[in-house]
Parts: sequence; C-alpha cells; structure tokens
Amino acid sequence: MLEIKELTVNVGTKEILKGLNLHVNAGEIHAIMGPNGAGKSTLSHVLSGKAGYEVTSGSVTYNGKDLLEMSAEIRAREGVFLAFQYPVEIAGVTNVYLLKAALNAIRKHKGLSEVDAMDFLTLVKSKTRALEMDEKFLYRAVNEGFSGGEKKRNEILQMAMLEPQLCILDETDSGLDIDALRIVADGVNALRAENRAFIMVTHYQRLLDYIKPDFVHVLADGKIVKSGGAELALELEEKGYGWLEQA
Amino acid sequence: MSANNDEIHHLLNQDYKQGFVTDVQSETFPAGLNEDIIAKLSKVKNEPAFMLDYRLKAFRHWQTMPSPDWAQLNIEPIDYQAISYYSAPKSKDNAPKSLDEVDPEILEAYKKLGIPLAEQEQLAGVAVDAVFDSVSVATTFKHKLQEVGVIFCPISEAIREHPELIKHYLSSVVPVGDNFFAALNSAVFTDGSFVYIPKGVRCPMELSTYFRINASNTGQFERTLIIADEGSYVSYLEGCSAPQRDENQLHAAVVELVALNDAHIKYSTVQNWYPGDKEGKGGIYNFVTKRADCRGENSKVSWTQVETGSAITWKYPSCVLTGNNSVGEFYSVAVTNNLQQADTGTKMIHIGKNTKSTIIAKGISAGKAQNTYRGLVKVIKNAENARNYTQCDSLLVGDQCGAHTFPYVEVKEPTAQIEHEATTSKISEDQLFFCQQRGLSAEDAVSMIVNGFCKQVFKELPMEFAVEAQALLGLSLEGSVG
Repeated sequence: MLEIKELTVNVGTKEILKGLNLHVNAGEIHAIMGPNGAGKSTLSHVLSGKAGYEVTSGSVTYNGKDLLEMSAEIRAREGVFLAFQYPVEIAGVTNVYLLKAALNAIRKHKGLSEVDAMDFLTLVKSKTRALEMDEKFLYRAVNEGFSGGEKKRNEILQMAMLEPQLCILDETDSGLDIDALRIVADGVNALRAENRAFIMVTHYQRLLDYIKPDFVHVLADGKIVKSGGAELALELEEKGYGWLEQA
Repeated sequence: MSANNDEIHHLLNQDYKQGFVTDVQSETFPAGLNEDIIAKLSKVKNEPAFMLDYRLKAFRHWQTMPSPDWAQLNIEPIDYQAISYYSAPKSKDNAPKSLDEVDPEILEAYKKLGIPLAEQEQLAGVAVDAVFDSVSVATTFKHKLQEVGVIFCPISEAIREHPELIKHYLSSVVPVGDNFFAALNSAVFTDGSFVYIPKGVRCPMELSTYFRINASNTGQFERTLIIADEGSYVSYLEGCSAPQRDENQLHAAVVELVALNDAHIKYSTVQNWYPGDKEGKGGIYNFVTKRADCRGENSKVSWTQVETGSAITWKYPSCVLTGNNSVGEFYSVAVTNNLQQADTGTKMIHIGKNTKSTIIAKGISAGKAQNTYRGLVKVIKNAENARNYTQCDSLLVGDQCGAHTFPYVEVKEPTAQIEHEATTSKISEDQLFFCQQRGLSAEDAVSMIVNGFCKQVFKELPMEFAVEAQALLGLSLEGSVG
C-alpha cells in the first residue's frame, strides 16, 4: 500500500529526514518510535501533504500512485488520514457540518452521490456512541472548548466516519489520561481491517499496550535505525533510545 | 509565504461580478454644487416649495461644516464641485408609469444583477423598488400593497403625493445638520424609497430596494424613510452594486426609520458596491447615516447588514430607544479585502425605561484591508433597567490586515446592565491544513470557516438573502491569508 524509498526532507535549510525507507502493507499496524527531534512529526506531515516541507530526494508510492504529487485534499480523498497531535478548533462550524462536508468531498471524488441526510445522521450517531461520546458533541463547534481527551476522540470519530485506507496517528496518546487512552485505542482497534493500514507515531510505549502493532520501527536522526516486532517496543521502554543512536 | 498562503490569496482575489456598465441615455447635471443646482434639482423633481426650503437650509448648514476626520480611515480629499448631483435615464415621462415604459436596457441591467423586475412582478413574493443612479425606475407590487394600505414608492413621489407624512417625519430621526454627509444628503438627495405601514398591518411581503450606480462622475444620494405605525410589522431589504471604474464615486445616503407603539421594523442590507481594484484604485465611498427611532412603547428595530463592497465604508446604523420597553438590535458582518477600509458599527441610545439592545458585530479582514468596529452604548439618566449586550469578533485572514475595535460606553443610570465581549482570531494555516486533510478544498475550507464565524448574523437575514450573503462572502474573500 505504501512504499517510502530513500526519503530526504528539508525544513528550511535543515535536513530532517535523511533517506528514510518504509514499506507498509494493507492490514498492518506499524509503530514509529523515536526520541524527540528524530523527525517523527515531519514524517506524518510529509505523508499527509502539509506545506512547509521540501522533499529533496526519494519517493513515496501509495496504491501505485506518486503520493508526493498529490495536494493535501486529494491525498485525503484517496484515503490518507492524519489524526492530529494538536487538533485545531474552528469556531461556529459544527462537528456534524464538518463531517458531512468531508464525507461528501470524499464521496464526490469516488464518483458517489452525496450522502442522504437521514442515512448520515444514523451513521454518525452510531459512530459517536461507539466512541462513548455524547451526541451533543456533534452540534458543538469543532473542538471548541473540548478537553484534550475529547479532541483526540473527535479525531477518531472523523477517522471512523471517513473510513480511510491509510491512517496516520501522530502522537495520539499525548495528553490522554488512562480512560481516554483506552477509549481511543478501542476506537482504533475497531477500525482494524484487511484493507486498512495504520502508522502510529509515538514517543512512548504506553499506547502500544492497547494497540498491538505488527511492526515497530525506531526513527533516529532522520532514518529508521532498527525494525522489529512488538517486543522491540518493550526493549525500548527498558533501555531508552540512547543505545540505538550510538550504534 | 507557504503554498497554503498563496492559495488563500488566490481564493480571495476573485473578480467583481457586477462591474458592467449599462448604455442608456441620461440626463445629467453639470458637475458642481451651488444653490442654483439645488433649485434646479428641486424643480426637475417637481417638488413642493417646502422641499426647496428644506434643501437650501441643509446646504447652507453643510457649507459651515468641516469634513469629519475622526474615523479610522484614509480618505483622499473629495472635490464636491467635481461631482454631478443628478443623473437620470431619459424616458418619455419623468417617471415611468409601468414596467413597459422602463428602458429595456435598464431592465436588462437589473436582470444581469439577478433582479428581473418584470418576472419579479409576477412571481416572487418580494416587492422591489429599483433605483438607477438618481431616480427610481420601477416599483413592483405597488397596487397589491395599496390594498392593505401600505405605501411603498419612490421618495420623490411621496414628497409630491404625501407631503403631510414627509413634513412630519423627514429629518425627524436624522436632523439636517446631524453630520457632514447627512447635511449634504439633505441638500441634494435625489431618490430612494418611502414606506408607510398603517396601524396594525403586517406587511404581506418583503419590501426591497435595489440601488445601482451606473453613470460616471456622479454621486448617489439616496434617502429612505420608513414609518411603521402602531402595531405594524415590515421587513425591508436593500441591495447595492456599481460598475467598475477607476475613479472613486461617492454614495452618501440617509436612512431614517420610525417605529411607533408596538411596531417592529426589520431592515437588512447586503452592500456590494464596487470595492476598487487590488491596488486600491477606484471604488465607492460609502458614507451612510442610518438611524432608527424606536419612538413608541414596545417598539423594535433590527438592523442586519452584510457589508462586502465599497472602497471605504463609513456607516453606523443606530437605534434611539425612546419608547419604554423598546428594543434595538444590530447584527453586522463587514468584510474587507485588498485595500478596502471599513469603519462601521452602531449606536444604541437608551432613553426610555426597560430598553434593551443587542449588538453582534463580525469583522473579517483580509489582504491589506483595515476593518474597524466603532460603537456607542449610551444610557441616559432615568433610563431605568436599560440592558445592552455587545459582542465584537474580528477574524483576520493573513498577516497584513488590521482589525480595530472602539467600543464607547456612556452610562448615567445606575440600574443599567452593560455587557461587552470581544475576540480576535485568525484563520490559521493549521485550520486550513486540517480541513484539507479531511478532503475539503482550500476554497471550501475558507468559506466554511468564514461562514461559521458569521453564523450568528446570517441567521438574522431573510432566507433568500442569507443564501446570497453567503455566496457573496465567498466571492469577496476569494484570495486571502497572507
């Protein structure tokens, strides 16, 4: 599904990613771990098409297409979803309005008709309940006055509604208490599917107690320096990142 | 600047779609302003003698007044002698009696603006008075309104046909010498709409005036007077546009509303005068005095405005809450882009007891534009239990624009309760990226964010107008975080 080859990315004049390789198949969950400043967020942003990053060499192929050629909204419509580390607030725009606009933009891209209003409501209400969110959230402005945990749950709600193929979770566990973490993890686990892949970017091993990855990669100084199974995360938890960086 | 910013700029820089010129034969006065011109104007409009006296008095007063400079605006000095004060399409008769007599070019112009006067007469439930340069060219549904006693006609006609109402109410809300532009308007106003709703009548349809400046080097000085007699209700809409020209044109209007006991007036404006080009060349100077007198007990006036056009907007629709228990409301969205400037807001003057006012002002500034909210809440002594709630929100699109808020509060009554809330926010690249990451185009994202910001005001507009306002907002903002 996703093939990243020798990806080099600059922010300004500074090289952040320095020849990164990653191969993700449908159905897999990959955890990207690493120390602060290793380039984890840069990777999430470059994959989702945020402005301000310059790809100097390498390639990213998504479902056989050149991902880097696509604008952010085309990537989204093609099924790339980023769960933000810091979800933004949008005053006056209700959650339900945003969800419907986004869903319809994606459906239109796929050549489908706009979603029927009643079907949409039934769908969004069931997804909301599944995430143990109050229906009132749907009619509140996007993330306005939401707690940290509510914002992250809201990201997962959007993910559940838009049914992306490649889900990138950028530090989704940051700022969550243990209950919120469990709900978010349950939401993600419920979305696991044969045709869907996840990239979880995280600093801590904690999230991986709840969402079991197929692969764990260590990102340090702009490259994947070590890859392994779920057990690698536990090793990292024990030893820290230092031993890898020196290797 | 990043790719996103460029995108927003592009979105904000859409063209003005009402900038065409209509080719009609006009009778236009030579440029210049003096007592002879005013006499000629009064004569050409066939006015009774009292109007000439009124105009001359206003003119003499105006000559003693300095041009105001207190607003947060950069205004090139205006040469009042270089403007023509009267321009009217030539027609067989001074005022067309029916649509058949209106110049087809003018009907075509209104059709292009989305206001087909002929069809309107048959289909939509909105009565329209169409003002083209200095004169009213057509008023629809007149007869149907007459059946319930509603008078809706050009003000020049009202001056001739209903002089008693004019004498009683004209300048009773905005005195001749109120301010520089009001005095000028009183001296030279050419047309506008007149509405009288009789006692206990709920006006059966929306009344609407569409103002169009077509001729060059002319000013439009319109005058609107609306009187809602006891227990009546009327909803009035006003729209405006002008051709794209390199020179600035002056629009100095006065609107007076009078609400008697238990009457309710809802006045909505979508202002889309030509804003000038991206370098700030041309555009309309929109200097308007709008004021309502809630004269009767339990009367209510609601102003709703969506201001997207004009090079400079200088406008403060106000309510004088004279009657006990009277209510004043002001809902405003003012959008400025490129080099547009707006200094707008309201005044709520609490005089009666138990009076209430609400102010919701939303300013959106993009490009290099400056957007100012200026408001006054005044509670005089003995205006017991006066209440005001004010909310001023500014949205900045890009980093070269400005938003300013000047709320003035004068309270002389200890029982008054005044609340004021203000916020300033910015459409951030993060918000845009978030929306795009959910599949929305940058254009839809900006429009969604801006509409969300304006929602409180749009919901006050009549349905058809709300749709138009949203579309207009999209157009005005095409091209902006920078």
